[in-house]
Amino acid sequence: MTASSRFRSPGVRALILIAPLLVFLGLFFVWPLVTVISQAVSDPAVSRVLPQTAAAIDDWDGEGVPAPEIQAAFRADIVANTDEQAMGDVTRRLNSSKSGFRSLMGKTVSAVRETPDIDLAEVDKRWADPVFWKAIQDNASPYTDAFLLASLDMERDSSGSVAAMKEGTSANFTILMRTLWTSALVTLCCLVIGLPYAMIAASVSGWKRAVLLGAVLLPLWTSLLVRTAAWMIILQDNGIINQSLMGIGVISEPLVLIYNRFGVVLAMTHVLLPFMVLPIYSVLITVPGNLMSAAASLGAHPVRAFLRVLLPLSLRGVISGALLVFMASIGYYITPALLGGAADQMISSVIADYSIKSANWSMAAAIGLILLVLTLALYAVYNRLSRDPVQAR
Amino acid sequence: MKYAKAIYASLIVFFLIAPLLVILPLAFTSSAFLTYPIPSFSTRWFEELVVNSVWSRAILNSLIIATATTALATVLGTLAALGLRSQDLGMKSQIRTMFLLPMVVPAVVLGVGMQSLFVRLGINSSYWSVIIAHTVVAMPFVVISVSGALTGIDRRVERAALSLGAPPWKVFSLVTLPLAMPGVLSGAALAFATSLDEVVLTLFVAGPNQRTLARQMFSTLRENISPAIAAAAFIIIVGTVLIALALMLARRRRG
Repeated sequence: MTASSRFRSPGVRALILIAPLLVFLGLFFVWPLVTVISQAVSDPAVSRVLPQTAAAIDDWDGEGVPAPEIQAAFRADIVANTDEQAMGDVTRRLNSSKSGFRSLMGKTVSAVRETPDIDLAEVDKRWADPVFWKAIQDNASPYTDAFLLASLDMERDSSGSVAAMKEGTSANFTILMRTLWTSALVTLCCLVIGLPYAMIAASVSGWKRAVLLGAVLLPLWTSLLVRTAAWMIILQDNGIINQSLMGIGVISEPLVLIYNRFGVVLAMTHVLLPFMVLPIYSVLITVPGNLMSAAASLGAHPVRAFLRVLLPLSLRGVISGALLVFMASIGYYITPALLGGAADQMISSVIADYSIKSANWSMAAAIGLILLVLTLALYAVYNRLSRDPVQAR
Repeated sequence: MKYAKAIYASLIVFFLIAPLLVILPLAFTSSAFLTYPIPSFSTRWFEELVVNSVWSRAILNSLIIATATTALATVLGTLAALGLRSQDLGMKSQIRTMFLLPMVVPAVVLGVGMQSLFVRLGINSSYWSVIIAHTVVAMPFVVISVSGALTGIDRRVERAALSLGAPPWKVFSLVTLPLAMPGVLSGAALAFATSLDEVVLTLFVAGPNQRTLARQMFSTLRENISPAIAAAAFIIIVGTVLIALALMLARRRRG
């Protein structure tokens, strides 16, 4: 009886209805993103091969030679390991922290395998030097910020402080800046084109408004691939623009319109313009139509009336639209991949290359995490703005 | 001023629409290049889509995956939209935001996560992995569209049916669902279109056997721009327009 009445309670029934989707998203949306986050910060290379050492050395104070238990754990790990390749990874990792590990580990591994309780300082006197143990301790943690730092072209130097990588070794930060810059340019183009267009669409009525809105909605419904393909056809060297310009004799050589920044910005502006026009339009249609004429009848110059009346009123829509366009731009992959040259690739292509071409999951995840945080922060601002009850004055 | 406005608006309309119109006639070119002028009318590129097994297989894959995605997304999304209608649900706005987030998160990031998770679960490079990935990004459209239709329903109609003795499932199937149907249908159409056009997630989670039409178009555009692209685009555009028309007719007949 109680069970059935609880089932009938509207709150529980609602929960049962949304539960399938919540579970689905938890499994296939949240879990993948959690995987990205954990991959970006985890580095199990050393702790997986040397688990006992990692646990034992964690609270070593770094002074003098580590206690016998730590050394015993290290020997036990070496004996227990069967994966030569993983041990090679460990050696490489340790060697990049402190050079000399390559010869030291090779020597130590074979000595310990022969005599499992051998004194390490006897194998090599370097084991009496705390610097080598420090390198193991530094690398033993299963978590690392190395990938996140590398996404911003930074690394930890031998003393452990964060420093910029050597010039020319990594271009991730440059590409991140390029992504933000290109997105800002696309947002600006959308604003310059979209704001007047939305104002005109809000000021007319009947079939004119239907045509203006339809022209915005139709591209929105059309496949992104089809739109990108259309721009490739238009902009290519023997495309319509170059053919017509050469036909009327303005130019003799085809202009380079594609595989450069111009093509990327133009096509992305076309694709994202609806996201600028629609929010501005939806704010403007709530503005009474006679406001501008009221301003004019009170003697305001049209420009002044625009600046003081219409522009402030449309500001909310402008900010929403700009956030939407910018947010969508920074994550764009297809359009820059198809219309851009090598120097126009955005952060998404870097992530895809790391993951698909070089199978470097950690770097793909680390750059992905930076892009994810950036996007979600922008979305939080957008969400706040679109929910803010300014209308309820 | 008035003329300036009209000219400006016409220019932007042209900028928005012309690129879509440019690609359509090229589907019927007899040339091997995607350029104007078209030498003569030909349907060879449509034949190519059917005869060439790479394209026909891709079209078949797209239809299988989009149909399954639409079914899954429509069922999950409609149920969730019905649940979100309740006044007694806690954390409603948070849940709604959660349902919309797949549209916000960059596809590449989601793709990296899905790929490594699906590999670990042993389902990557299968039809299931592609269908699941597409459903995640198609589902928000169903939730939005069905929620929109449901807010238009006068709840007094449902209460009247209940008070006249109809059991809740009957109220749902005879009153709520028919009234929400336009929203369900347009949500389903948007889900289908989303799946058909999805490239980025597909790159990460599909194997060579699940190559979809969009994926095939993407790699063709990258390697050699063949007019088969225009023929595929023609099919997609005409298909979209037909679905939109069918929906409008269905809605008008009800209205």
